[in-house]
Amino acid sequence: MPRDLKIALGILTVAVLVGLISLRGLHQRMQGLAESQSSEEKARREVLAPEIKTPTDAPQGARIYWGAGQDRVTSTTVELALSADPVERGKQVLQALIANTPSPEQRTIPADAELLAFYILPDGTAIADFSDALSSETPSGIESEQLVVDSISRTLENNVATVRRLKILIHGQEVETLAGHLDLTGFFDLNPPNAAPLAPAQSNPTPATNPPNASAPPKSKHPGSTAKPRPK
Amino acid sequence: MHIGPVVVIDPGHGGTDTGARGTTLVEKDVVLQVAKILRAELERLGYRAVMTRNDDSNPSYEDRAALVNAYRDAIFVSLHVSSTGVTGDTRAYFYQFPVPFQAADASLSSEPVKQSFRGAIPWEEAQRPFSDQSRRLANLVQIELAHRFPQSPNAPTPAAVRNLRSVAAPAAAVEISSVSVSDPIALTSLSGLLAASVARGIAAFRPATPPVTSQP
Repeated sequence: MPRDLKIALGILTVAVLVGLISLRGLHQRMQGLAESQSSEEKARREVLAPEIKTPTDAPQGARIYWGAGQDRVTSTTVELALSADPVERGKQVLQALIANTPSPEQRTIPADAELLAFYILPDGTAIADFSDALSSETPSGIESEQLVVDSISRTLENNVATVRRLKILIHGQEVETLAGHLDLTGFFDLNPPNAAPLAPAQSNPTPATNPPNASAPPKSKHPGSTAKPRPK
Repeated sequence: MHIGPVVVIDPGHGGTDTGARGTTLVEKDVVLQVAKILRAELERLGYRAVMTRNDDSNPSYEDRAALVNAYRDAIFVSLHVSSTGVTGDTRAYFYQFPVPFQAADASLSSEPVKQSFRGAIPWEEAQRPFSDQSRRLANLVQIELAHRFPQSPNAPTPAAVRNLRSVAAPAAAVEISSVSVSDPIALTSLSGLLAASVARGIAAFRPATPPVTSQP
């Protein structure tokens, strides 16, 4: 074998070895970066979204709906301290939906999204107000946007018996779509499995389950609606 | 000269609204390409095909709906590409409205359920009277899609797709996966097949030429 060819082969072998070593190092650094991002996210969430605790909290199995493939959600029973108050309970399960995702593949709500407010109107309409990240970081597409709404809807209806429908707001405002496709100007049906049968008409409306937090009410599409959020 | 039914093809997004974004593909461009092929295919079958946009413009949802609502007996098809999912997974959607709302406490119902509604239909619910026809249209389109794209489901999916809500005509949305493909050809090469499938679904829903009835 000519000497030049031997040298060339030697250089090539060394280059391949250096490349492999660098690749391994790069992979380790990427892993480290991902872990630090995850812990930063966790720390940020602890500051921004502290755990919701109420005097009536009791450990229970909450059914949280995370992703199971690209087009469906499935429930996972998670032991949570849940409040007897429907509004606080709603906040607790939505908080768990965002923060306690078992794996990245099962995540439906973007990690940076925050629940800014949650309240229930006297007629059973649940208002969930999320930060901009829900809209800006959800993958654009009918299917992926539907997955987000399904996970929120099903988590609420399976843990809060008093809700009948859901309105999603982004930063206190009604928006046209979630991420370019799914209509957020309307309401989504909720059908709690343990919902009480509809009560007969009463002359005096009952008061709100819980006064809403300071957040803009949705634009009413129903002129007959008398339900108005009240300041705390 | 086209004498068949009018089909309004709606390539989603446009202009500054790119829709779903991959590394090299953006939804607004892919759907415009599919729309042009679909228009040619429908015209070949004898339909009059109109597009809500022919270039990189971005008509509002209401402008898109107004175009189809101006025709009598038109059909509306909105085209989309997802940013996730298995390449070639293709789904037809129809708009599903919530059931008329009845509050937990019936006295608080904001939408009284009326059996014989004679007033004006709210603009945002223009699609509601066409729900059954839209479901049938989406079903026939999905049958064709499932036939050619094996990853696809056999039945259409109900979803609140914004482009469909104000359309006063049978309407369906079609979404193919996805702009996130590593090789753009893997998606763009499916444009012809996708357009042909949608055209066949439309033809099954409302043939371009009405069946000839025998004279007595």
